[in-house]
Amino acid sequence: MTAEAVVAAYVFILAIFVGFEVISKVPSTLHTPLMSGANAIHGIVIVGAMLVASAIPGPLGVVLGFLAVVLGTANVVGGFVVTDRMLAMFKQRSRGAKPPSNPPRTT
Amino acid sequence: MTVEQLIPVAYLLAAVTFVLGLKGLSSPTTAVQGNRIAAAGMLVAVVATFFAREVQGGIPVILGGIAVGGVAGFYGARVVKMTAMPQMVALFNGAGGGAAALVAFLEFARSFQGYPVELGPTIATFLGLIIGAVSFSGSGIAFGKLQGVITPRAFRYPGQQAVTGLLVLAMVLLAAAILLSGRTGVFAVAPGAFLVAIAIVALVFGVALVMPIGGADMPVVISLLNAYTGLAVAMAGFTLSNQLLIVAGTLVGASGTILTRLMSKAMNRSLGNVLFGAFGAATTAGVTAAAGADDGRSIRSISAEDAAILLGYAQNVIVVPGYGLAVAQAQHNVRELADVLESKGINVRYAIHPVAGRMPGHMNVLLAEANVPYEKLFDMEQINPEFPRADVALVIGANDVTNPAARSNPGSPIYGMPILDVDKAQNVIVIKRSMKPGFAGIDNDLYLDPKTAMLFGDAKEAVGKVVAELKKAA
Repeated sequence: MTAEAVVAAYVFILAIFVGFEVISKVPSTLHTPLMSGANAIHGIVIVGAMLVASAIPGPLGVVLGFLAVVLGTANVVGGFVVTDRMLAMFKQRSRGAKPPSNPPRTT
Repeated sequence: MTVEQLIPVAYLLAAVTFVLGLKGLSSPTTAVQGNRIAAAGMLVAVVATFFAREVQGGIPVILGGIAVGGVAGFYGARVVKMTAMPQMVALFNGAGGGAAALVAFLEFARSFQGYPVELGPTIATFLGLIIGAVSFSGSGIAFGKLQGVITPRAFRYPGQQAVTGLLVLAMVLLAAAILLSGRTGVFAVAPGAFLVAIAIVALVFGVALVMPIGGADMPVVISLLNAYTGLAVAMAGFTLSNQLLIVAGTLVGASGTILTRLMSKAMNRSLGNVLFGAFGAATTAGVTAAAGADDGRSIRSISAEDAAILLGYAQNVIVVPGYGLAVAQAQHNVRELADVLESKGINVRYAIHPVAGRMPGHMNVLLAEANVPYEKLFDMEQINPEFPRADVALVIGANDVTNPAARSNPGSPIYGMPILDVDKAQNVIVIKRSMKPGFAGIDNDLYLDPKTAMLFGDAKEAVGKVVAELKKAA
């Protein structure tokens, strides 16, 4: 194993612990946004896609590289925007709860 | 220090924001902030990457890709209805998996310098390619099932285990062929062809993995595929020797695993059982058991008017929302119903089963959208002791999570799954489109209970009618 690979393995294993630790207790209300947020974070693959976008010359390389960037970007942008939308609904409601709650009632 | 030397610093910063972001997302007060912190970190990482040497040749391709993917992702995320959120997340997740597979493939092609290959990085490449491709096609099938394009029923066929086993074997053999080539001298064939073959088998495997899983298990599956993509990204990070990809991918892989475990626990099934489960196989037994229980008890159907009277005289009402409510977009009508009842001094609460909806916590999001206050939503553990004191339990489009067979009938496929004790309420009103069984594909004894009244119809219309009747009476 090269020194670089050992460092990578360290990073991998420590990140597992951090991942478990950070998410140990989550209220079920937040399961959906959390999953969606985590979904956005693995969109970091976009960085990998950028790094290999011109890895192999020729039309096939360009097409595959382009595709990788498209998919990665869709993952990142879609993931964060969807999560933000979900969370905005929680916020909106707690905001509505504090001031004189006067939801437009149809009575 | 050149700009390029600063890139790892930017990556480190991004990794920290991801940890903070995830941490933030696990608490209601910090969630919005957490998500934005992670997004900001992502932006930093992407901008920094533009300065990397490897990127310079491909700037136009990258900018084009970001433009297309960004517009598609943004548009999809903005227009999707809250009810369709699970399939949208599945779609984005599949995109990430596909990207990870492509990254693994392209990096292998770039760094390949003839046989024999280096073991470590090559294995990481295979794993990235395989897991990414499985996540890609698996998410596609999950999307299809949730969207109703593909039958949400568990699709099973004879020899299914054997087919799955053969697919795994094929991937292992293909991978071994590349790893051993040059060492034995026998297999030295174009690596590209082998990789493409592995990718194709992995794609088929993803389909084979998700097709046999029923719609009721989709929350678990999406959560699991999310963890898969995380792992695929981490593997791509190994291939590229990119710490940021390793950290971010692993974080998601680990947290996704925890969520998956939470989900399976909520359904009282092991993950293995969900994936290769006896669910479909046991269904026949469950149906027979339910048929056996059909000892002359019949279903009682009531009108919206009767339902309104029943509700109007109640003091305690517990609403049990399920996926049917989500499909019918009835969350706003239900809120209106609750408003009317509350104006009469009736106490209205909501009982949320952990797997209500089609995604972990999905129902909370839907009700939040309809401005139902937090304090009205109760977890299963909190609300179950309250059912005996409830005058009316109003079940809207929920089925399997209210089935008492889970408590009482060891022959039922859902036996042991924690359920909402709806049958302990004084009266039960079930709003349901038809007598069609739920996603688990089994009958519900609750509907045969003498104190249960069925109000047939679309959830939105039915609730609307009840509200109209209540207002007429007032």
